[in-house]
This record gives sequence, C-alpha cells and structure tokens, in this order.
Amino acid sequence: MSTFALDQIQAQIPQALVERYVDRTGDAWGVVAREHIVAVAKLLKERLGFNLFISMDAVDRLHLEGPEQDPRFEVLYFLRNLERNELTRLKVRVNEGEDIPSIIKVFLGAEWGERFVWDFYGVAFAGGINKRILMYEEFVGHPLRKDYPLRGRQHLIPERPIKDIFRGPGTNGVQD
Amino acid sequence: MAAAGDEYDPTPSDDELEAHLQTRNMVVNLGPSHPATHGTVRLRIELDGENIVKMDTEVGFLHRGFQKSCENVTWTQVLPYTDRLDYVAALHNNFGYLTAVESLMGVDIPERAKYIRVIGAELHRISSHLTTAGALSLELGGFGAFLFAIEARELITDRITELTGARLTTSYGRIGGLNRDVPDGWNEKVLKTLLKVEELAGEVDTLLSRNRIFTDRTKGTGVITKEAALDFGFTGPCLRACGVNYDVRKANPYWVYDKLDFEVAIGHNGDNFDRYYMRVIEIRESIKMIRQAIAQMPQGPVMVDDWRIALPPKENVYNSIEGVISHFKLVMEGVPVPAGEVYSATESANGELGWYLKSDGSGRPYKVHVRAPGYQILAGLAHMCEGKMLADLIPTFDTINMIGGEVEQ
Repeated sequence: MSTFALDQIQAQIPQALVERYVDRTGDAWGVVAREHIVAVAKLLKERLGFNLFISMDAVDRLHLEGPEQDPRFEVLYFLRNLERNELTRLKVRVNEGEDIPSIIKVFLGAEWGERFVWDFYGVAFAGGINKRILMYEEFVGHPLRKDYPLRGRQHLIPERPIKDIFRGPGTNGVQD
Repeated sequence: MAAAGDEYDPTPSDDELEAHLQTRNMVVNLGPSHPATHGTVRLRIELDGENIVKMDTEVGFLHRGFQKSCENVTWTQVLPYTDRLDYVAALHNNFGYLTAVESLMGVDIPERAKYIRVIGAELHRISSHLTTAGALSLELGGFGAFLFAIEARELITDRITELTGARLTTSYGRIGGLNRDVPDGWNEKVLKTLLKVEELAGEVDTLLSRNRIFTDRTKGTGVITKEAALDFGFTGPCLRACGVNYDVRKANPYWVYDKLDFEVAIGHNGDNFDRYYMRVIEIRESIKMIRQAIAQMPQGPVMVDDWRIALPPKENVYNSIEGVISHFKLVMEGVPVPAGEVYSATESANGELGWYLKSDGSGRPYKVHVRAPGYQILAGLAHMCEGKMLADLIPTFDTINMIGGEVEQ
C-alpha cells in the first residue's frame, strides 16, 4: 500500500505527525496532533491532490485495554486522491473536553461529518458548527459513547413553538 | 439601450414595469413527510418569490441507532441491520459489510461466491437505478415511464426473492461466502429476465431521454461543479456526472470485477440530466456484466471450508463432537474476528459504500462506521439549490437518490 500522503506530511509538517503505523491488513494510518489538523488537511487538498472528502467519524476508546484508553476519543478522517488512487487514513486523538480545529473551511463536506462526531461523541470543533444532526436538539448526552446505555430512554419533549411559519394576511414583513 | 439622439423607443424597460411592492421572504417546509421526499427529510426553504434564498436540510427522522445496535451483537448478527441501510438495494450493504469483515479477518472467499455476489449486486444496481429514473419521471409528471421502470424492478425483485428468500430485507451472504447457492435453473431465469428488463429499461430511456418536457426540466438544473462535488464527497453516478472518472469497481477491483469487461459512464455537465443519464448507461453495463458473470461462473463451494467461520453441515453437528463444538461456538460466541481495524469500500448504487470496522477481539464489533454515499451527497443538496428555482429542487432531490435508511442510519 502506498504511503505517499504520510511521507509527504512527515517531510513538510514534521511536528504534525505524532505516530504512524500499519494495520493488520497492511494499510498505513497516521495520527495527527490536533492543532495541526487544518494545516494537514490544507496540504493534502491543495498540494497533494487529496481532494475527495470521504468521511469522518470517531471511536470512543473507553472500553479498550490499558494504554489504548488514553486519550479517550479518536476522530477519523478519510481523504482520497483519485489520480494516485490512494486513501489517507488520519486520526486525531483527544480527551474529554478538548476541541479540534474545524476543517470545514477546507472541505465543505466535513460540516456534516463534524456535526455527526459532535452529536454522537460530544467532541467539539473549534470554529465549526457544533449542532446535532441525526438526534434532536433536546436530547441529553451523546449516544455512541461507550458509557451511554444501550436501552437509554429519555423523556418525551414538549412540542416546539413554531417561529418560522406565519399565517394569515401579511404583516408587512414584521414577524412576531 | 437607447443612445442620445435615437428615435423614441416605446418598449418599456423591465424596471418601469416592476411593481415596487413591499415583499418578504416566505418559509416553506418540505417534508418530513411529503410524497416528493421519498424518505423522511425536512427541507426548510426560504423563498423570495420562486427563488430559493436559503435552504436547511434537516435529517434524522429515520435514525434508529444503527451503530449502537451493531456494537452490541455478534459480527454475523449485524447483517440484518445492514439490509435497512439502503433498502432499495440491500445486497450492496450485505456484501459490502461482509467484504469488510473478510478483509479484516484475511479470509478469501470461494470463486463461485464472488461471482454470485457480483450478480446479486448488479441486479440490485439495476433495480435501484430504475427506481431513481422512474421516480424522477413520476415527479416531473410522466407516469408511463415510472410504470415501465417499476415493472422491470418487480421482475428483478422476484429473482432476488428466489435467491435470498426476501423481497427487500435480503440478509443474504455470510462471513466467508454465502449461506446458500443459487436455486436450480436460476441462472437461466435471470438471463431471460434480463431480456425483458433490457426492453423495459429501453422504454424508459426512449420515453425520457429525448423527451422535450423532461429535458427542459433536467438539463442545466441542479448543476454542481466538479470541485464542489469532490469537496462535498460526492461519489458514484453523481460524481461521474461531473466528469470525474471514479468507480471503486475499476479503481480498486474487488470480487471478480477485474475479470469483467465493462465501461464506466462519465458525464460532463454535472446537472440533473447527466445524473439521470449515468444511471441509464449503468443499467446497460450492469446487464452486460451479469451476462458475463453467469457465463464465467465456475462450479464449486460457496462457503469457505473452515468451521471456525462457516457453520458445519448438520450431519456433522449431530454425529461428531467437532461439529457440535464448532456449531456451539459459532452460535454462542460468533465468528472470531481478530483485534484490528480496517477501512474497506465497495461501489453501491449511489457511490462508495465504505466501512470502517474496529475489533477488540471480543467477538462483537467495537465500532462499525458506515460511510453512506447518500449522506455526503445530501450534505451538498443545499449548495446545489440555493439561488435556484423552487421547481428545480424536486428533480435535484430525485437524481441524488437520497435513501433515508442509509443517510439517517
């Protein structure tokens, strides 16, 4: 498997790449320091041609063994270069309460990815849109965390007041 | 524009005829339950006259905790949940998930199983594309093409039912191959079905592709540039309509796609018509592929011969201690997937269907991330519609083929 992207990151922003390893199927993974993720995403997109945004997600490592538990969250970034036919697999590791700089200025598609991570894991993105996407705003907690119960039930929520619909004859643009 | 000294021009300018009334933007809610949002998605649209000023896409009405459910069952038990992702083409999800697990385990499945997976996946690709084309036509007022498309889809669904035992929620295939071989005479029946499907898909193409009303509504509407499409993470027919040659089947061939002769359809305008036409061409290519796969399909087993992965035959379970132990361990503990992680992708009807799987070796998935192609495409819908007419929203929403199940997981 090609490691072009990780080699280039290591050569051009050496302090960004904290760790790199090869998984059991032979694919290369890179762990990026959280303060450098925007610079790395920019480098990958603008200079190295990794311009297809694939997806984002996170892993809660609470139930893993020993040293793998810390930091608790691992946010995954997948980017693809179509000319080289290569997929970059990046990770950013953060603890509870730490935020990650948002890459939505670099990749438009990252908005929904970041909102998903915020919604389900509670990892916030500095400069991003930290708004729930699949769950509803009134939901308490982050359901894909390992300490969220499988059958966690929450109270019914009252119907929201409708502010964005107005009825009847016009009020000359004045919305109550 | 009249210059000084020109004769008097009685034609009034647009500005003179403009009624300078006090107006305001109007908010329209499309969905979550609306015949044109075949899925449950709410679009909050701010309108200035007929132009969309701002659009918010609100998803999650069909969220059912797919990932959380998967983390609490064995690797094989995840399979029925994957049916419900892209419910129009369930076999893509089944086989995509199984391929990801197999690559994490390092298992190579028998040749015959690979061919059957190709045939199943391509049948469902045809069925999904026919549904997209049919629904698009229906919502633009053409009921006839919809009926032809659905008639062809019904024939394919019948073949899928014979193969898997279910119309939509197939749950077909197991880790290490397939749970059963094709029924007797099924291949010949598929070939005959394809003749009919080819004819019906041809009718749909003839009714729509050169139809003035249809092309007026689709050509030049819902345009997205190549750069924006890549940025949002478009894949599949929607990306190829922008002129990007990317198909997982060609780029990273899996199963036996490298042994089949097929073309990848590439468009260049990135509008609704190109996205529709990619599907018309892909239907033809899929039919071609199924014919080749049936001709090349070898005889042999469809499941790996390893009792740690495949259930032993019943006579071994009842008559030998090894069989009983293997059966018991498989049913109670599940397939042993070693600790590790993998990202694996296959081409589903809507694009790259990626799976990130993480195992801690406990017999249950630690994490199942599904990269649903529709999720990234729906994220780009607002970008495609803002500043355009409200009426163009409907064909755009149709050609991106948003499937609630996979987007909202």
